Amino acid sequence: MLEAAGLGVSAGGRELVRALDLSLAPGAFWSLLGRNGSGKTSLILALGGLRAPQSGTIALDGIALAAHRRGELARRIAVLLQDEEPDFWGSVLDYVMLGRYPRSRSAWSRDEEGAAAARHWLAELDLADRAAQGYRTLSGGERQRARIAQVLLQDADILLLDEPLQHLDLRHQVQVMRTLSGCASGGKTVLAALHEPGHAARHCGFAVLLYDAGRASLGRSSDMLTQANLEALYQCRLEAAGTGSFLPS
Amino acid sequence: MKVAPVLVVALVPASLALAIAFGSVDLGPAQLADALLGRGDEIAREIVWGVRAPRALAGFACGGLLALAGALLQVLLRNPLAMLLGVGAAALNLAALAGASIAAGAVFAFSLGRSGWNPYRVLLTGVALASGFGALVGLMLSLAPSSQVQGMLFWLLGDLSPAGDPSVALVVLAACVALAFSQSAALDVLILGEDKARSLGVAVTRLQAIAFGCATLATVAAVLLGGSIGFVGLVVPHLLRLSGIHRHGALLPLSACLGGSLLALADTLARTAAAPAELPVGVLTAAIGVPVLLFLLGKLR
Repeated sequence: MLEAAGLGVSAGGRELVRALDLSLAPGAFWSLLGRNGSGKTSLILALGGLRAPQSGTIALDGIALAAHRRGELARRIAVLLQDEEPDFWGSVLDYVMLGRYPRSRSAWSRDEEGAAAARHWLAELDLADRAAQGYRTLSGGERQRARIAQVLLQDADILLLDEPLQHLDLRHQVQVMRTLSGCASGGKTVLAALHEPGHAARHCGFAVLLYDAGRASLGRSSDMLTQANLEALYQCRLEAAGTGSFLPS
Repeated sequence: MKVAPVLVVALVPASLALAIAFGSVDLGPAQLADALLGRGDEIAREIVWGVRAPRALAGFACGGLLALAGALLQVLLRNPLAMLLGVGAAALNLAALAGASIAAGAVFAFSLGRSGWNPYRVLLTGVALASGFGALVGLMLSLAPSSQVQGMLFWLLGDLSPAGDPSVALVVLAACVALAFSQSAALDVLILGEDKARSLGVAVTRLQAIAFGCATLATVAAVLLGGSIGFVGLVVPHLLRLSGIHRHGALLPLSACLGGSLLALADTLARTAAAPAELPVGVLTAAIGVPVLLFLLGKLR
C-alpha cells in the first residue's frame, strides 16, 4: 500500500500538487490525467522516491519512503521514466535483463529464471523476435515496449508509469493497457500517466486529475471522467467522437 | 567463448616476458634463462631481477591504473573523452601526491554544485583546472635551474625510468580493480541514467563517490610512478568496447590487464628504440594513441 498524505510537489518554482491525499491499494489500476506541465511526471517521481516532495509524507506500508533502503524499494516499486538514455550497447534481451538487478546481481551464475521471465514479457509485448537484436536498432515504439518489459521484469508490487503509451501505435497502446490491467488484476498496484481519457475509461478503475495551480481530484473513473471534468481539465470544449474513432476490439 | 578476453589475459605474461627479455644490454636467450632461474652471471641477474623486472611491473601497474581510471571516469561522466578532459588532465599536471590529490579533490568539490552531480560540470572544471595547473607548471619550468629542467620535462611527458619499486602501485592496482569490480553490476545499471538506476535500487550517490574515489586513487598512484602518461586511460577502454566487451564485470579488470600490458610494451620500446638513450614513454603512448584515437573518433556515432 502506497499512501501520500498532504503531498505538495513543485518543479521549477511552480507549485504543481498541493495537499494531495492519495492511497494506492493493491489491485487498483489508476490513470493520472492532466495537461502538459500539470505535474504528472513530478508526482510520479515523488511517489517513486526519486524526488523528495516539497511537503507532506509518502509511506510504503506505513513506513516513510525515505526510510526504505534503495535496494528494498526497488523490489517494491518500479518506475517507467518518461525520458531515458536513448543509447544502449547490447541486445534487447540484455537491456530488459537490467530489470533483474534488484533481485539477482550475481556476476558468476547465469540468471536463467530472470531470462525466462524476460522472454515472457518480451513475447507479451510482441518483441519475442527482437530479443537478440541490438537495442539501438529498435524503432521508437519498439524501444518503448522494451522499456515497459524491463519495468515488468522488475516484478515490483507497485508500478508507476510515466506515459507508457508514448510512441506506441493503436494496437500496442491497447495491448500495453491490457497487460497493465492484467498486472492489476493479479494484485499489483498500477498508476499510469495517460493522455487519452478513452484508455483510462476502458481500463482503469480509478483516476487522478491534476488541474492547474496544484488542484487535484481523484476517485472512480466513472465519476471522474465526465465531459465536464475533462473540459475543465484540458480547458477546451469536447464533443463525443463519432465516426472515424476506432479502438481495437 | 569470446576470443578477445582470452587474448587480453594472455597478453599480460607475454608483455611482461618481452619487457624482461629486451633492454639496452643484449642478453642472449641462454643467459636470460639462467638469470631468470637465479643462476649464472651476477650482472645478468642484477639486470633481469634488479632493473628490468621492477621496471616491467612498474609499467604494467601504471598502465593498468590509468586504464582502470579511464574506464571508470568514462561511465561516471558519460563521456567517451573523460580521461583526456576531466580529472586526468588536472591531476596529471601536478607534481606530487598532495598535488594530484588536491587537483582531483578540487575537481570534485567544484563539480558538486547545489543541484548535485553534473557530468558536464566535472568535465569543464577539469579542463579549467588543468589549464590553471598547466600555467603553474609552466611557471615552475621557467624558474627552475636548467639542470633540473630535463627531468621535469621527462616527467611531464610521462617517464618510467625513475619509477623505482612498483610494489605499492601493484597493491593499489589490485585493490582498485577489486573495489571497482565489486561495483560492476551497479555500473552496468548506471548507464541507463541516474534516475533509472535509483529506481532499480542503486545507491547512486554512494556509487559515484566510490567509483570517483577509486579512479582518483588509481590516477594519483599512476602519476606518482610514471608522471603524466597520456592516452592509455582514454584509449584502452574504448578498444575493449569496440571488441564487444561492455559489461563492467569484464570491462574493468580487462582494462587493467590491457592497459598494463600495452604500457609495459610501450616502455620496452621506449627503452630499446634509441638505446642506450631512453625516450619518455609518454611520447610513445601519444604516438600510438593519437592515430588510435582518430580511428575511434571515426567509428563514433
